[in-house]
Amino acid sequence: MDAVSSIEGNAYPFGAKNIDTDVIISAEWLKTVTREGLGKGAFESVRANPDNVFDKPEYAGSPILIAGDNFGCGSSREHAAWALLDMGIKAVIAPSFSDIFSGNAFKNGILTVELPQEQVDRLLEVAKEQSIHIDLDSQTVTTPFQDRFSFEVDPFRKHCLINGLDEVGLTLEQDSSILTFEQTRSSQMAWIGKGTENYA
Amino acid sequence: MANKPRTLYDKIWDAHEVELRDDGTSILYIDRHLVHEVTSPQAFEALRMTGRKVRRPELTLAVPDHNLPTTPRVDAAGNRIPIADPMSAQQLAALEKNAPEFGIRYIDATDTTQGIVHVVGPEQGFSLPGTTIVCGDSHTASHGGLGALAFGIGTSEVEHVLATQTLLLKRSKSMEVRVDGMLSPGVSAKDLILHIIGAIGTAGGTGHVIEYRGPVFEAMSVEERLTVCNMSIEGGARAGLIAPDETVFRYLTGRPLAPKGADWDEALAYWKTLYSDAGAQFDKSVTIQASDVEPSVTWGTSPEDVVAIGGVVPDPASFTDPSKQQAAAKSLEYMGLTPGQPMQEISVENIFIGSCTNSRIEDLRAAAKVLEGRTKADNVKWAIVVPGSGLVKQMAEEEGLDAIFTSAGFEWREPGCSACLGMNPDKVPPGERCASTSNRNFVGRQGPGARTHLVSPAMAAAAAITGRLTDVRDLDR
Repeated sequence: MDAVSSIEGNAYPFGAKNIDTDVIISAEWLKTVTREGLGKGAFESVRANPDNVFDKPEYAGSPILIAGDNFGCGSSREHAAWALLDMGIKAVIAPSFSDIFSGNAFKNGILTVELPQEQVDRLLEVAKEQSIHIDLDSQTVTTPFQDRFSFEVDPFRKHCLINGLDEVGLTLEQDSSILTFEQTRSSQMAWIGKGTENYA
Repeated sequence: MANKPRTLYDKIWDAHEVELRDDGTSILYIDRHLVHEVTSPQAFEALRMTGRKVRRPELTLAVPDHNLPTTPRVDAAGNRIPIADPMSAQQLAALEKNAPEFGIRYIDATDTTQGIVHVVGPEQGFSLPGTTIVCGDSHTASHGGLGALAFGIGTSEVEHVLATQTLLLKRSKSMEVRVDGMLSPGVSAKDLILHIIGAIGTAGGTGHVIEYRGPVFEAMSVEERLTVCNMSIEGGARAGLIAPDETVFRYLTGRPLAPKGADWDEALAYWKTLYSDAGAQFDKSVTIQASDVEPSVTWGTSPEDVVAIGGVVPDPASFTDPSKQQAAAKSLEYMGLTPGQPMQEISVENIFIGSCTNSRIEDLRAAAKVLEGRTKADNVKWAIVVPGSGLVKQMAEEEGLDAIFTSAGFEWREPGCSACLGMNPDKVPPGERCASTSNRNFVGRQGPGARTHLVSPAMAAAAAITGRLTDVRDLDR
């Protein structure tokens, strides 16, 4: 995963609420066995409307997406995060995110920034004319108009994003704790560790 | 601390916490992992690239389900029929190759035990009370019906579980959904969960794990509990739980992967400790009156757009939130409906009975009971039944249900996810309506332009007979 510290650039002033992962990337695109190339399938049903923000030349290639409440609800498909990444999106700003989506975004180095609705509304206005700056280190979103909004970020996620850390590698460093846990349990609850071994 | 009353969720979480880190993240041990072809290829590929192995292959079970056509899989000579869509074929082939390469048990598409992962897990006894269960699929919440902490994960997490048998997670908040009283006759578990989602909204459970509590859940069969917990994610909760009891223990007895002998006794003793202690505090609590629940149906493109079958299409102006007004207006445009239109006057051309929500034997029995001796209306062009697994299909055939469905004008199919999301050839044509027993009525979910009305199996059967959304209680004999 690439290290992320700050993101600056134009933002798609999308703003829609309850955008589910079927809208971000529809099922037809899930048949891939790679992570790449999903950007062209992103927001297909939104893009069917010729007036959509994603196809306006002034926003092309924006690294930031501004959305509404409950962004990424629905299916667990990580393809939604891959599709955003493939579009060049590195951060999503919204009043709230679905739990699974924000996890998937983080694991792909996409920053999810939760801000109150009125601040998101303000950024939707700003994005129509100016770029937006997100600084992960200071946990702030700033605009050329002197707006300055602070956001919360999970300390572990921040650490991983800033240092570009691989979560699997990090956990494997704790292998001895996992092993101890497994050994204790296999002596106390043997049944729980049997899984498909029970197929005779 | 030891005496503090704990919720069921806390008990399961505590029993799986390998380590709590300073930043509040826990390493949570995962007992069972279900893998299907759609969300796993990139995870296996990452393992190959990093030279990592699967830590505990016996704790993962691989089953293809999303892409499989539901038409016959072998020809008269017993040879496998190739998959026409090259992308689907490639994805299915990847799972078939990856599972054995990493030592994981794989259930083949032609095996009687194949089915939708969330039907197969409980059916095989792989999913057990008190375990943590994950799968790269948000409907993993289903297994909470057995009293397991079960939730959907993304592909990076699939990789993480394969490599470490753990996940890095923060404890969720707990939410109680209490239902007082009992359901009225003709009202099903699906109607109840649709009603609950209508009440709490699609973000009502975000950040929370729901525990469903009340006599109605205690009276439910395992199949019904799986239906309720299945749709927890539609209410925004990553997981839903129902405390395991004798009904669950009886259901699991003798299943192929359930504990045997002394293991069973040990497991059973543990399972009996799995309930929320008296006085346990939930972070959020919602109470629903069972008597308020009627056969439910969705009118819009969000699972929270629920109305009783006797109701009408709502007027977007009736919502107080301006963004909900906008969303409702957009939904109605997509759905081709007008405010005030009675739900029962909406005609449907397609009927889908299936999906991880409603494809178990009891679902098929409920639909068949309505359809027996009747035939679908002429305006219903396409009606299919897709059993949740080969075993469900076999059981239904032994009971003669397939004959009831086919003589009513339904197609009797092979198991899989099918028209719930149309990754296989089963799609609803653009602009057409479908009364569907699945879980999502999102824009384009059942195919581009398809219009979905979520209903219970009995209600889907009723709609097939009249050719419009119908209160199944009016068809009672």
